[in-house]
Amino acid sequence: MGKVFSLNIHELPEEKIMATTLKPVDVVIIGVGWAGSILAKELAQTGLKVVGLERGGNRRQEDFTLPGIHDQLKYDRRLELFENLSRTTLTFRNTTREVARPMRRHGPFPWGEGVGGAGLHWAGWTWRMTPWDFQIKSQTIARYGEKMIPEDSTIQDWPITYDELEPYYDKFEYTLGISGKAGNLKGEIQPGGNPFEGPRAREYPNPPLKRSYGETLFANAARELGYHPFPMPAAQMSQPYKNPDGVTLGACVYCGYCMNTGCEVMAKAVPQTTTLPVALKTGNFEIRTHAAVTRINTSGNRAISVTYIDGQGRELEQPADLILLTAFTWSNTHLLLVSGIGKPYNPATGTGVVGKNYSWHNALPYIPLYYDEGHIFNPFMGAGALGTVIADFQGDNFDHTGLGFIGGNILAAIAMGHGPLTFQPTPPGTPSWGSEWKKALAYYYTRTVQIIGLHDHLSYRGNYMDLDPNYRDIYGNPLLRLTYDYGPNERRMSEYLVSVGDKIAKAMKPSKYAVYGLDAHFNAGAGYGIIHQVGGAITGTTPANSVVNKYLQSWDVPNLFVIGASSFPQISSFNPTGTVGALAYFAADAIKNKYLKNPGPLVPS
Amino acid sequence: MDRRKFLTILGSTVAALSSAHLFSATPSYGRKLGTLKKAYTFFTQAESEFIEAAVARLIPADELGPGALEADVPYFIDQQLSGEYGAGARFYNQGPFGATTPYQGYQLALTPRQLYRAGIAATDQYCEETYGKRFAQLDPAKQDEVLKGLQGIAGDINLKDVPGATFFNHLLSDTKDGFFSDPAYGGNKDMIGWKLVGFPGVPAMYMGLIGRNEPYHVEPVDLRSLQEAKAPVDEHGHVIHRRAAIPRQTTAPTSRPTDSSYSDDSRPEPSFAV
Ligand SMILES: Cc1cc2nc3c(=O)[nH]c(=O)nc-3n(C[C@H](O)[C@H](O)[C@H](O)COP(=O)(O)OP(=O)(O)OC[C@H]3O[C@@H](n4cnc5c(N)ncnc54)[C@H](O)[C@@H]3O)c2cc1C
Repeated sequence: MGKVFSLNIHELPEEKIMATTLKPVDVVIIGVGWAGSILAKELAQTGLKVVGLERGGNRRQEDFTLPGIHDQLKYDRRLELFENLSRTTLTFRNTTREVARPMRRHGPFPWGEGVGGAGLHWAGWTWRMTPWDFQIKSQTIARYGEKMIPEDSTIQDWPITYDELEPYYDKFEYTLGISGKAGNLKGEIQPGGNPFEGPRAREYPNPPLKRSYGETLFANAARELGYHPFPMPAAQMSQPYKNPDGVTLGACVYCGYCMNTGCEVMAKAVPQTTTLPVALKTGNFEIRTHAAVTRINTSGNRAISVTYIDGQGRELEQPADLILLTAFTWSNTHLLLVSGIGKPYNPATGTGVVGKNYSWHNALPYIPLYYDEGHIFNPFMGAGALGTVIADFQGDNFDHTGLGFIGGNILAAIAMGHGPLTFQPTPPGTPSWGSEWKKALAYYYTRTVQIIGLHDHLSYRGNYMDLDPNYRDIYGNPLLRLTYDYGPNERRMSEYLVSVGDKIAKAMKPSKYAVYGLDAHFNAGAGYGIIHQVGGAITGTTPANSVVNKYLQSWDVPNLFVIGASSFPQISSFNPTGTVGALAYFAADAIKNKYLKNPGPLVPS
Repeated sequence: MDRRKFLTILGSTVAALSSAHLFSATPSYGRKLGTLKKAYTFFTQAESEFIEAAVARLIPADELGPGALEADVPYFIDQQLSGEYGAGARFYNQGPFGATTPYQGYQLALTPRQLYRAGIAATDQYCEETYGKRFAQLDPAKQDEVLKGLQGIAGDINLKDVPGATFFNHLLSDTKDGFFSDPAYGGNKDMIGWKLVGFPGVPAMYMGLIGRNEPYHVEPVDLRSLQEAKAPVDEHGHVIHRRAAIPRQTTAPTSRPTDSSYSDDSRPEPSFAV
């Protein structure tokens, strides 16, 4: 069946190989991670025949059993569950004046691959954005005037409001069984929660996780300073939980092996423990693994099929009525560009939209605090989203008059489970090897607390994605090229947030500490560890300012939806996945209740 | 513009406890070079001499206990280089190669295996030219001098064919990996690294313990002892840790390192991924 596709690009024949065309299906989903698995469940439950094409391998809950899962080298250092970069990667440069080079190894933001996507090995910080985040531009102008927005910033309001998305946040949180404490129930501020959050209809489905000792020190210091500490909303179960779809999850045992791998007690909400089993049980959902989609084929303004290469190297064409692109920010943008769907963004002229408004945020600040006798933190105990947070400096929760920047951060003391292969705290001034290093590490490994902030990052004219002219993937497509650096708003914000971090660190009374702000430039060789890439296929009110409408439907090709953080016009201080999940449910609702009844554009252009 | 970093160090308020050591029994921890009881599959004889000598300086045996050599770290590195990692099998290795900025990450055309081969040869050649001896034959103080020069923090050694700092950083990071990985990978022998820092290895259930300001002194457990059913487990298969025979005691390091000329005060690599 079909021709054998050569994986060696140098042997590619001149003429295009004819792909084998498969039997049409109702829906094709490209990428089976968080977004893909939610859409698969929602649509398969309506009786539609859904095929999920996933370029990585199968990953089953059974693959994460004792004791093999407790292996830091395999999961944290060799990144077993992440994208295999020998097949594809991105190229990177800080500005358009440079030649982009490939990210040959994972560094700043390793991304997922395989069934479950990065959702399988995420840490589980499960946030909602605030009402302000959806209206950053208009709210900033209203309070501070146009001049507060840097000249070359391209931020824009979302076409969706917090209130519209609230029921879908709720659905995502109840499906996952998030452990947390509400701070605002229908407008009433609740003690112990985040008083700055948007109003929620009901409490979290599970109470907060237990608090580690380091968090307690942080919470006490924050309260002394008049701030409002609250537990991180976590995708780890504080107690056994049965979700609305009837799936059961176990209680977290704080084993500390959580991020970068799966969970052996099914205490972490991941696609395998929530959405996928329900989708598969319908009998209407088929996952094809090792299926790398290389192109979405269109005819006029319709997507007719997708082309993919399977594990045997065959090129196959899968026709479908509805195509959902849920392959994470990189591939969402890449597949639109290589398929010629939508107008590519051009930073020189500011025209075009595909690839526009890439943003990301770093840990700002990063604060290790070193204690002496009388304090032991046992950093190997923990859970991926175990943390205590303040949002007093998030978004517009404080007056920015005269500060010269907008936005801020969430700041969290964390106990995510930090084994010694990746956590080697030694106070500044310690040599990086030799007896002195050894002695400092032996002493401080159990005596160090970490605080990290995540910050707002504006989008800018010069931060974007397009196709690289020099490098290709093994399928013959050009690599995605990322051009990115911190902007003026972030650099000014860094100084301010470092001073806030310093105040809190002092109040925690360690014997030593350090507060790190942003480096001079984003460095693709550093291991920052934050996988929050957004933009490239942003949502907006018109085809001129966006790739997709508020339902994440392509303006150009109405039977194509592009779902994920690629739709964010800019990143907020919050980890994106809570919003990705809410948007996935929002889009699924629009498809079921609007699109299927009357296939066509859901918003007139 | 320089890295924006704001750094505050409060005065150290250290009161050292007893100076009892982690390993109280044996007085001498050093192992003789070349006495490994396992076979190298990547390193040549000369290369293994270099690696054994180098890791013994990076994580030395000292009054706190054994170091990287005693933990079989050279064997760990050898095995890693023999396999997928050494071949760069999961890295993007296609050209073109060319000029890069300092912010574009690793851009050499060398796999980790090739980097070690070239790096060791070039360092030995540098030592021959400078001291008339190969690295492994230098006295420890000279070896430290060479390592600091490679690292580029104190002094600056330009190697032929390969950037010294790139080679050094691989060597240092692989050495630390070998010291703290599960012993299944050939290093961290007898869980030397884990015992040093007080890491229990394969975890128990901690829900009753998280949040307490209390030391957790247990005998660490590795994957193999579980597979051989030598570690007690509960009905779900979770390890039940045994209390450590000798409670771990640590001493606060002196507040001011005697030589911080090779300290690395850049932003630490993160121990989190979100
Ligand atoms: C270690 C780690 C920790 C994280 N922690 C957090 C956290 O605490 N909180 C938070 O909010 N977020 C976190 N994230 C981010 C979070 O995992 C993502 O936001 C989320 O998984 C995005 O869902 P998605 O469905 O858009 O993409 P993914 O879950 O990444 O799924 C995309 C899938 O598409 C597949 N794919 C890509 N291209 C193709 C192609 N061409 N053909 C076929 N298939 C393709 C990929 O293989 C992948 O399986 C973390 C990420 C990582 C890696």
